[in-house]
Amino acid sequence: MKLLFALVTGLVFGVGIAVSGMMDPAKVLNFFDIAGTWDPSLAFVMGGALLVTFFGYRLVWRREAPLFEGRFQVPTSGVIDRKLIGGSALFGIGWGIAGFCPGAAIPALGTGRWEVALFLVAVAGGFVLRRLFSPVRPTLASA
Amino acid sequence: MMETAFTPFASFGGGLAIGLGAVLLMLGLGRVLGATGIMSGLVFAENRSEFGWRAAMVVGMILAPGLIFAVTGTMPEVNVPVSPAMIVIGGVIVGLGASLGSGCTSGHGVCGLSRLSVRSLVAVPTFMATAAITVFLIRHVFGG
Repeated sequence: MKLLFALVTGLVFGVGIAVSGMMDPAKVLNFFDIAGTWDPSLAFVMGGALLVTFFGYRLVWRREAPLFEGRFQVPTSGVIDRKLIGGSALFGIGWGIAGFCPGAAIPALGTGRWEVALFLVAVAGGFVLRRLFSPVRPTLASA
Repeated sequence: MMETAFTPFASFGGGLAIGLGAVLLMLGLGRVLGATGIMSGLVFAENRSEFGWRAAMVVGMILAPGLIFAVTGTMPEVNVPVSPAMIVIGGVIVGLGASLGSGCTSGHGVCGLSRLSVRSLVAVPTFMATAAITVFLIRHVFGG
């Protein structure tokens, strides 16, 4: 049941990514191209996603525990360090170069486009590169 | 450079579904939905108890375009206006940066901001700014 639930969750998220335009690099890059062919659509994606998640999380957190796990596991760190700022800055640069981000590229793989697969392989290469620089704590959660 | 149509309704609707996915994962498994964490967990296959749900989620995500094709008869648009070399360079930097910064658009952007995480409140403006600067430099300074 837990795995089926996760699969349906991924499907809902993926449909959202597809409908929103997030998996279209032309649209993503135009969102950032304020001085050129600007397309502000993606601000509406973030608006819709934040609206549901902000209130949805607070409803869910009224529960003692999630449906299939013993407890909620949300990141608790509040540390602002060079890794966070430098890593985020780099992420934005890469996003601005390629036009894909991981959450958009994973569902986009389902369109069968080779560019998406190429991007994801490169992202995996970036993960490996990061481990060569500094070891990762095994419990590291994605924020 | 190509023009793209302004799609406020589809984008807002898609955003609602993205949010619903994030809320469902919190409801079912008590986790934030971070694509970087999910993908990295699968790439390194190091945490067995987390592997199953991450793999199931990724399968669901990949099925999404096919479902849309089955319902509407058209695949979601993927227009790639950059060269393969830029996809690879961008991808490596995305992987390195999202891994160092512990999150991307989904983890920091959607989930982190909704949790009012201090780290995400720093991360999101940072990557939005560097993305915009990068696009400006490539398109208007170097004339890519």
